Amino acid sequence: MKAAVVVFPGSNCDRDLAVAFRAAGAEVEMVWHKDTELPQGVDIVGVPGGFSFGDYLRCGAIAANSPICKAVKGHADKGGYVFGVCNGFQVLTETGILPGALLRNAGLKYICKTVGLRVETSQSAFTEGYNAGDVVDIPIAHHDGNYFADDSTLDALEGDDRVAFRYTDNPNGSQRDIAGILSENRRVLGMMPHPERAADAGHGGTDGQALFRAVVGQLTSA
Amino acid sequence: MKATVHVMLKNGVLDPQGEAVRHALGALGFDGVNGVRQGKVIELDLADGTSEDDVTAMCEKLLANTVIESYRVEMG
Repeated sequence: MKAAVVVFPGSNCDRDLAVAFRAAGAEVEMVWHKDTELPQGVDIVGVPGGFSFGDYLRCGAIAANSPICKAVKGHADKGGYVFGVCNGFQVLTETGILPGALLRNAGLKYICKTVGLRVETSQSAFTEGYNAGDVVDIPIAHHDGNYFADDSTLDALEGDDRVAFRYTDNPNGSQRDIAGILSENRRVLGMMPHPERAADAGHGGTDGQALFRAVVGQLTSA
Repeated sequence: MKATVHVMLKNGVLDPQGEAVRHALGALGFDGVNGVRQGKVIELDLADGTSEDDVTAMCEKLLANTVIESYRVEMG
């Protein structure tokens, strides 16, 4: 099972994401933002956290228009798996792969702490290692994590069981406490919290491990 | 030739920065500021012959995120 992790100038969670994928059993290849193609045989693309292009213009906006993102979009359009974390989630909304947008935190402050997330669905390759209703502790570290979409989009996300995670105590003003969402085909997950920072005992928590094990396990057996 | 693009959060999208500015103005004693919306202005220095349609395409593709933002183009 092969994962590709995209690296933009300003990414800073790319190696953490690669380590978490490897620990779950994936072979990982890093790809540079100027690359125009993903490596042969990639099953899942990881879009990492960080501050791509210094968050200039809007978080993720410039990254979303980079050459590699065309390839990522092509991969998603063909039914490939994509996992965007934090800045990676912002990039996925900017590309239009996932709906909505991430606004400045309602309290205006950059927030870096571990928060409770309620798993809203176990019906995806990413979340099948959890039970719906489980509460997991996962760190957040963002300034622009306030999820926004219009009511009809939010209703559709909820109606189609596409909200993957909600905050138990909304830290950033996100609409309907949304922390992570799935694409229509449930193969793309974007989330602001960082499961790769809770994937090893040395991190102080391992609640994120099940996500990587589930998706790597499913794609390995597929 | 020049073009100026004004980008604002759409009505109905919470603007916490504008709200913070409104509070700060109140704290400074400026009464009667009922609302503040903060946006951005982007100045473009363009090759002659660039059309307004070209600038609109730039807005749609990169300069604004139309999920949350509206934009207005001023040519010249």
